Order: sequence, then structure tokens, then C-alpha cells
Amino acid sequence: MAKEFSRREFIKIAGAGVGTLALGAGIGKVVYDALGNDAAADVITKTPTYCEMCTYQCAGWAYLKNGKPWKLVGNDIDEHSYGRFCTKGSAGFGVYNDSDRLKTPLIRKEERGKQVFKEATWDEAFEYIAKKLEHIKKTYGPESVALFSHGSGGKWFKQLLKAYGTSSFAAPSYANCRGPREEGYINTFGEPIDSPERTDMRNSRCVVLIGSHLGENTHSQQVNEFTTAIRNGATVIVADPRYSTAAGKAKHWLPIKPGTDIALLLAWIHVIINEELYDRDYVDRYTSGFEKLKAAVKNNTPEWAYPITSIKAEVIRETAREMAKNAPATILHPGRHNVWYGDDTQRVRAGAIINALLGSWGRKGGFFMPERAEVPAYPGPKPPKPKKSFKDTPTGKKFDLANLAISSGVCDATVHGVRNDHGTFYEGWFIYGSNLIKALPQREKTIKALRDLELVVVVDILPTEITGWADVVLPDTTYLERYDDLRQSPGRTPQIALRSPVLPPRYDSKPAWWIAKNLGEKMGLGKYFPWKDIEEYLEYRLKKAGSSLSEMKKLGVKNMERKDPLYISKGEDYKFPTDSKKIELYSDLLKDYGFDPVPVYTRHEEPPEGFYRLLYGRSPSHSFARTINNPILAQVNPENTVWVNAGIAKDWGLKNGEYVKLENQDGVISGKIKVKVTERIRPDCVYMVHGFGSEQKKLKRAYNKGADDQALMTRVKVDPIMGGQAIHGNFVTFKV
Amino acid sequence: MKLTKKKYAMVIDTKTCVGCGACVVACKTENEVPEGRHRDWIVEEVSGTFPNLQMEIRSERCNHCSNAPCVHACPTGASHYKKGTENLVLVDENKCTGCKACMAACPYEARFTVPEGYTSKCTFCSHRIEKKEQPACSTVCPAQAIYFGDLNNPMSAVSRLLRKRKFKTLLPEVGTKANVYYLV
Amino acid sequence: MKEITITTHKMASAHAAGWHIWGWEIPVYLFLGGLTAGILVLAAVMILRNKGKEYPVATNRVILLAPIFISFGMLALFLDLTHKLYVWRFYTSFQVTSVMSWGSWILLLVYPVNILMILATLEEGYPKLYGWIKEKSVSIGGGRLEGIFSSLISFSKRHIKLWAKIAIPVGVGLGIYTGILLSAFGARPIWNSAILGPLFLVSGISAGAALIVLMAKGAERQYFAKIDMMLIGSELFVLFLFFVGQLTASASQQEAIRLLIDKSIMAPVFWIFVVTIGLLLPAFFEWLETRGGEIPAWLPPSLVLFGGLALRFVLVKACCLWREMSIEQLL
Repeated sequence: MAKEFSRREFIKIAGAGVGTLALGAGIGKVVYDALGNDAAADVITKTPTYCEMCTYQCAGWAYLKNGKPWKLVGNDIDEHSYGRFCTKGSAGFGVYNDSDRLKTPLIRKEERGKQVFKEATWDEAFEYIAKKLEHIKKTYGPESVALFSHGSGGKWFKQLLKAYGTSSFAAPSYANCRGPREEGYINTFGEPIDSPERTDMRNSRCVVLIGSHLGENTHSQQVNEFTTAIRNGATVIVADPRYSTAAGKAKHWLPIKPGTDIALLLAWIHVIINEELYDRDYVDRYTSGFEKLKAAVKNNTPEWAYPITSIKAEVIRETAREMAKNAPATILHPGRHNVWYGDDTQRVRAGAIINALLGSWGRKGGFFMPERAEVPAYPGPKPPKPKKSFKDTPTGKKFDLANLAISSGVCDATVHGVRNDHGTFYEGWFIYGSNLIKALPQREKTIKALRDLELVVVVDILPTEITGWADVVLPDTTYLERYDDLRQSPGRTPQIALRSPVLPPRYDSKPAWWIAKNLGEKMGLGKYFPWKDIEEYLEYRLKKAGSSLSEMKKLGVKNMERKDPLYISKGEDYKFPTDSKKIELYSDLLKDYGFDPVPVYTRHEEPPEGFYRLLYGRSPSHSFARTINNPILAQVNPENTVWVNAGIAKDWGLKNGEYVKLENQDGVISGKIKVKVTERIRPDCVYMVHGFGSEQKKLKRAYNKGADDQALMTRVKVDPIMGGQAIHGNFVTFKV
Repeated sequence: MKLTKKKYAMVIDTKTCVGCGACVVACKTENEVPEGRHRDWIVEEVSGTFPNLQMEIRSERCNHCSNAPCVHACPTGASHYKKGTENLVLVDENKCTGCKACMAACPYEARFTVPEGYTSKCTFCSHRIEKKEQPACSTVCPAQAIYFGDLNNPMSAVSRLLRKRKFKTLLPEVGTKANVYYLV
Repeated sequence: MKEITITTHKMASAHAAGWHIWGWEIPVYLFLGGLTAGILVLAAVMILRNKGKEYPVATNRVILLAPIFISFGMLALFLDLTHKLYVWRFYTSFQVTSVMSWGSWILLLVYPVNILMILATLEEGYPKLYGWIKEKSVSIGGGRLEGIFSSLISFSKRHIKLWAKIAIPVGVGLGIYTGILLSAFGARPIWNSAILGPLFLVSGISAGAALIVLMAKGAERQYFAKIDMMLIGSELFVLFLFFVGQLTASASQQEAIRLLIDKSIMAPVFWIFVVTIGLLLPAFFEWLETRGGEIPAWLPPSLVLFGGLALRFVLVKACCLWREMSIEQLL
């Protein structure tokens, strides 16, 4: 009894089936969407701050989306960055979100260095510190406490410790970084370069870099002005054993033999003088010691320099002429991290001399005259005068010309039983935002000192190698969770910038100002922090400067008026802040101290057979060890590599991407590091980015990633003029 | 009156790009790109032997091709050209099945899947363009190397740059008609 | 020396989270799709030539397996999707430039054609099953249900030649599109050859023939074994054309195909598992059999089926390898 099944009926059934399916799917989608995304508008807020991912302090805006961290964008009028944050600045919320952050105050339970802590309240921590400091004051005197600091928050601890009675404030950024630059320029022009640099690069027609790897170090203003100069057709000359990013932009890349830069600079001076390429009017008017300089470089010909530097004589001549052709808009960049070979003050001074001969100091395209905004201080009692200072330590006495306490000198003056008859000097260390174990070379020395101290207090954001050595660890907030003092940095326009909190402090962290003030109150030094809170402090200062906290919260950065012109005008009777009131091409001061009045080339030790000089530098994604654990930046650059010349790699059978260990001249072996086989480096050296190879297990993203170059820096050459710790004298071989 | 469609292009100056990666991080935060994924990235190309070397640095991303293989390959129309534009390639997450044909089709490896499952990539910050702002990478670049605009407007910065300077695109032989131009 | 590096760590590896494209799911689908295509085409041809008495397996029996295979194939496809809740989006639009869109709609056609052919051949092919269904329909739904069932059967039988005529282009489409799916990617030089379509079609029909050989006996088995030998021969020829085409195409294609010739682990896998075990050996065995040799009946067709799966695995994996190697250079 089979019913006749018509085609039409079949199609009807089939159609019904498909139709139901589609309808069901459609309904499903509508329901799903309704349950899912909301169409409500996002709530966006922006708060002004200045960055602390490095210490350039670019001002900008922190954006929150619906109360959650979103992005960080530069402030357009800020001269530190012209509104464009660098790689790290844009990743600031990463450190806010880092779950590896220090969360509570910690007090050590076992032997120092064992990293066994118990969680404490702020009160307990303050109690501990205050008691210990009291004891040190009574037994040794308050001058035996030193502060190592790096970052905006350090200012509050300086205030606290000044009130306590010491003046030993060390910044590793001095003797371990840009100290020689400041001293080299002070001894030539009477003024330091300071930070941000007073370079007028955006107007330069010729930029000369000695090793400075602009583009890999990314202080935003520097990158911006460097690339502006390039865009406007400036000639770039780079002397670097490695084909850096900057060398990639250069018309002339001089792959100079490491350690011979002074020879190149002297040869340039020789050419500029002898071919009469210098700015005669400028030299006559503003410099002293020209004839003595000329005599001193008599024999430093390009032909003399060639076998030393491996740069051909005609290249030396051509580049010198190029510099002169574009003068005074030619800048021989003073660099930044300059502690290379131990004669670094002299090397930077040689560059300063060239700038003076070309007449670029105080001229457009060379160096401008910076000004800071003047904002009255908050009135308060004067701190006591310390009876002794760093200058009284052995190192301090030795380096009379040093303008800041030298970190390693503080280390030396801490170690018991090592100084013969001087006795130890320091019994307590405050360390703010500075991972000394990684920042200072010869970590054995640092560790010895740490063992001998009566008190070690570390204030930091993340657990690092140094926090493991503390008696008390105090968790700092990130810059995004607090106010700090006003930024009044030197620049073309005097500016003030405000840092205001974007989000409340995470965990039990507290801002540096709060820590210092409350610890001070515990120590009975409350009167040195006469303001109720930091808002009162800032409001007072801003009102005196013709602004207010509410105005600054709207602007972020405020421009003030300059007092003096930006450049030295033609024919102006300008007096330099030196003894002679002129630029000292020949330095009598240095001569009096027993140093070379004009830089002199000395041959530095070279690597033995099978060894290569260890060079190091920056990656644009990181501020050395500080940011390796940052969740955003760790995605961009999780480990470093060791650059090996292609020919050398072939000799050793090293393949690109394979892992090796490095062993230095003193037998220290590094962790494993990836090899980058490249043509971009000389055969006599290797290169790696500093800051990796963390040994701190608590830093989950940074732990054991890449290798630590600093552990390989066991050999340090000390700059006799200012105590700079030169570390380019370490050699490594491969342990395959 | 017929409105011309926009032809959005990016012009990147390899002479000033320093490969710092600020564009990578700014994009990541602006667009809340999930962990492990990158909408843009930096490539360094070096040729020669020591010491005669040349280097080109590029910030790369989706090229928003005028002849986009990913748009052709997408079976649902999720990968499509934004209305009003000739070449702004966007992914409609509500149409994406996660078949990954677009990922197989892209010669630049510009696409990826997100944890939710749909595919994603650079959008030329379409949400910012709508507010008359520039893409995040262009806004942040400390070297001011990234320019963005409408090539169908002869007076735009990008049009003028391409008239003035030599340029190239990536993998022209694949015929994608890429719209990220590198000034060389 | 040319150094090209991605300096901002774009990918940890080609298979890092978010970068993985296709794994085992796609080769499995491609094989099952090809097999289904082969079954459809062969069954349809047999139906049109009224070979029901001579070749009962091919005409009336093998067709029942097709929807099972294609369903497993589509399950594999579904598993590969990373945004599964939106799978229905395949069917809310048709993108004429997208091979995958063509494929998803062809798949939709495959089912009704398949079912109609099954209904038309059920009584002859599986009389016991047919009887059982008839009984069950009576016991469940009484006369009415049984009546519907009988109407469906007679309807299908009446138009069997029509279904077969439709099944041939649908089967060919299914077989070829799986190849074009891969070859249409200009970004993947190892796949970028138009011959991949015909290759997958021939391979699919060969797999269908092998399945019939497995299931059939006597004269039918011998007949389809001979057909399979010819198909293997064609497949080898098409493979040869594939290699020639790649080696004489652009530089990137020449470089890519070398991965299958000698420059990667997939090369020996290809030559051993696909060519030798999957093609040459079964052809040799089947030739031996015609010469009167004693070969276990299940061996040659099983090798062919294995070879078909291996071919697709090798091609997809080789492209993954190519992608990994290009990326490795950049990291």
C-alpha cells in the first residue's frame, strides 16, 4: 500500500527541514549575542603622570578603560618625548599588573642572603628599621649610613637620611654609567651634559656617535631628534665595533677596534687643527689653550691612528672634513654610559674638545643652553651637618674630582677587615630601586659588603637579586600608583610635570613619600616632613610657581618662561663656568691633579688567543634588568643573544640559534645564551644585551632567561679622575 | 554624487625606523591584543659581509591588500573589506568559524587566532580612524617613521610621500597588491 | 650573507598558541572526502550502466558507507574549527571566491544525493536490512509509517538514474575541490599547483575502488582491482606532473617541493609510505594476482587506502614544515 510520493511533497519536507534549521540557528545567534556583548559605551579616563620605566621621566597620560588599565600615551608638549612614548613607556601597565610584585613588607628570619623572610606589617618593619638606625647612630654615628638610589622615589629617602645625619648618597648611574661624561664636560666647558641631554640634534647637519647606539637605547627625545636629523639629510658618522642600528643609518661606519677611540678622536683633532677646519672666531673668542692643544696632538696623525684603530687614514680625514663642513651644526654626541676602559673621562673630553673646535657648544645643531623650571621648595628645618662624608672614605679621598659618591667606593668602605688602617666606614645601607647585584661589577665585592652590614633596607617594586640580601624589604608602588615630586628637568623650555596616581596601590605597597615620612615619624624625624601629605606638599609648590594641583592634573606638563637665550649669539661676550671663564682645550686643573691636560692614547689590554672582548648594550624593549619580568615586554623580548662574528662562528662550529655558555678570563661561566651568527660585529669581540640571566626564582618570566653579562665582569679598571668603574676589559671564550 | 571609497595605506620610512618596537607595544595595549600574539612586528634585514653592510629595518603588519587572499579565501565573509573602503580588511568575529583558511592564505603570516577562537590581525586601528585619529603605531613612533592616510586623496601625506620617494611593498610577486609601502 | 630576523619575537614557533593552522584533522577530512567522492562516482557509473547483477557491491552496497565516511570527515573538520559555536555561519552565505565555501555547500549536496542513492539501492544491496527496517516501521508506526517508507523507496528507485547523473558531478566536485582547497593558496608554494585537484580526485576514486575490492568477491573483485591498477597508474602520472610543474615554476615553488624530494623528513615519508607502500606495492601485488600469485585479498586495497591517507598527511605536513622552516630563519 505504498502511497505515491510526489516530488512536490518531497521538496516540501526537505524545505521544511532546512528552514527549521536556519530559523533555529538564527534565533540561537540572536539569543547568544544578547547574552554576550553589551553595546554600552566604554568609560575612558586619563590621568597625567611621568614614566618611570627608565629614568628619563617622559610625561604622558595613563588611560583607563572602565576602570581597568588600558594604555599609556605621551604628552604632546613634553620635551622628553614629544608625545611619543618608547617601547617600555607604552608597557608601563605591565609592571602594575605583574603578579610577581612585592606585596607586603618583609623582615628576614634567617641569615642574610638566604632569602627567608616573614611577612610583617608596616609598623613592625618601621620599628625594626628605626631601632637599628638608632643603634647605628649611637655606636658609629649617622654618617655611616649610605643610600643607593635610582628613580624618582629616591628623593624622599635622601630627605629622610639627610635628616638622620648622613650625606652619603650614591647613584650607580654615576660611577657605573655616565659619570665620566659629566666630569669630561665639566672639565672642558665647566658644565655637565645632564639628563635629558642638552644635544640640539634635531637641528644637526652632522651627527657623530662614538659607540652610542641610539635607536637601541630609546630615550624618546634622543631617538626623535636623531631621526629628525636623518630625515633632514644629516650626515651620520658612527664609530662602533658593532654595526648597530645607528651604524645602519650612517654614511660612514667606522668599525673601530675596541679600546682605541681616543686615538681616533686625537687624529680627528689633529686633522681639524692642521687643516684649519676649526671655527676660528669661536676658538679665538671662547677657548683657551689652543696652542698647547695643537702641540700635544702634533704626532697624532691619521697615519699614526690607522694601525691602532684599523680605520684607514683617508677615512679619518674624510670624516673630519665632513664634520667641519657642517659645523657648527655638527655634534659629536657625548654618549651616556661611558665606563669602558678606565680612561673614559679623557675620552669623553677628547670629544668635548672636538665640539669646542667646531664651535658647536651653545650653537644651533650642536648643544643648546638648558634651563630648569624654578619652583620654590617647601619650607622646612635644615638637616644636621654630617661630621664626615664620602669624601672621607679611602675612595672618596682618592677621587676628589668625583661629584657624587661612587657606589663601589661605598662598597669598599663597607667591607670589614679589608681596609688596612682606615677602618670600615659604612654600617647601614638603604637601597632604593637599584638592583646592586646586577648594576655593579665584581659582585663578590658587593656581596662581601652586604654580609658585613648591620642593616640592609631595600625598597623596591619587584623581588630581585638585591631584595634577597635585605634585612627589611619594603614594597614600593609603581609610578602609576602614586604622586611624586614635581619633575623639573633641564631642557629647551623649562617645564614642570606632574605625576599623579592612576590607580590605588596594589597589595600592601606604599608610595616612597609615605614610607619616608612615616618611617621618619617613627624615628622622631617627623618635623623634617612638615606637610600632612604629598598633595599638600605639591599644592604649596605649584601655587608658588603660579599653577595649582588642579591645573596640573588637566595639563600634565606646564611650560615656564626661559630667562636666558637658547644659544650663544654671534660675538656675544659669553663667560664659561670654568676657572679661566673659557673653554679649556688644555686643562690646567687636570694637570694640577696629576692627570693629562690633553687626552692621551694608552693601549689597553687585548683578549688572549681564543678569547673575545665582551661588549654589551641595550635592547629597545627593555631597561636592563628592571623590565625583563614585565608581562608585556617579556612577550616582545624574552631573552638575549650573544652576537658572534660569522667567521669566528664558523671556526668554532657555532650555528645560529644554538645555545652556548661563555667563560671569562677569570674562569667565571655564564648561563646558557643563544648565539646570533652575524656579519655585524668585528671578529675580536662579542656582544650581548645587559640585564638578562636573572637568578631570582620569584621573577617567573625573567628567571633563567638568557645570560647575565654582569657576572662575567670580574675585571674592573678604575678611572683615576672620578672613580668610574670601567668594564669593557673582560674577555670571554665559548663553552660549547 | 558618488563618494570615492577610501584606500587606506601606511607608508613607513625605513631610513628613520630604528626598530625599537614601540609600535608593537602601543598596538598591543591600544587593541588589547591577547598574550603571545602580535599584530605587528619588527624585521631587520642585513646584507653584505663585514665591514660592507647594509641594513633595512621594517615595522610589519597586515598589509590590507587590495587583492587580499584572506578575503577571497574566507568561506563566511567574516574576512571582509570595511564598508566605504577599498582595502581595509576586518574580521567580523560573529561570522568567523575558526576554519583558519585566511591564516593559510596570508603570505605575510599576519593573522592569528585569539583564545576566544576567531581570527584577528591589525585593523589599521579602524576604531581610531572612525574618530579621525591615526593608528596607534603611527601615533607612538618615536622616530616618526609611520605615516597613514587615504591614497585616493592625492594631497594626503601618504600620496605625497609615494610621489616623492622610492618605495617598495612586500612579496609583490604573490599579487596581493599590498598597501603598506616602505620608503627605501 | 643575508640575515633576516624578526627582532620583536612575533612567534615562539610556528605552532605557538594562536599560530597553529592545521593539524591531523584536515588530512583525515581530505581523505574521507576523497573516499566518499570515489564511492559516489563509481557507484553512480555502475548504476548508469545497470551493473547491479554483475557488480553488486559497487552498484548497490558500497554506497551505504559513503555517508558514514563523510560524516566522520565533517566531524574532523568540526574539531579543527576554533570558533565552533559559529559553525552554522558556513551556511548563511556563499563566497564565490572561497574554495572552502564551495566545499561546504557541495557537502550539503552530498548528503541528499547519497541518501537517495541508498534508498534506491537498499532493497537490492541489503535485503536483510531492508526487511528489518520494513518490519520495524510497521511495529513502530503501523501502516502509515511503513507506507511512507515504501513511498520513499519507490520514489528513489524510480529516479535512480537521475540521482546517479547528479552524483557524478557532485562526486567529482567533492574530489577535486579538496585539492583546489590547498592549491588555491598563493601563499603556500608547495601546494600552489592546479594539478592538486585532479590528483586528489584520482586518489579518491582509487580509494573508492580499493574499498570496493575489499568488500567484493570473484569477478567483481578482479574487475575493480584492474580498475584500481589503472587508477594507480594515472595517480603516479599525475604525481609526476605535480613534481615537474613545481620544479619548473617560481623559485619559491622549486625550493618548497625540494622538501618532498630530499630536503626534509617528509621526503622519505613520502617516497616510502605514499609512493612505495601506497601506490607501487599494491599495483605490483594486483599485477601479481593477475599472473596467478597468492596475495592475501585484503592486502593491496588496504595499502591503497593507507596510501591515500598518507598522501594527504604528507602534503599538509610538508606545508607545515615549510612554514616552520621559513619562520625559523626569521627568529
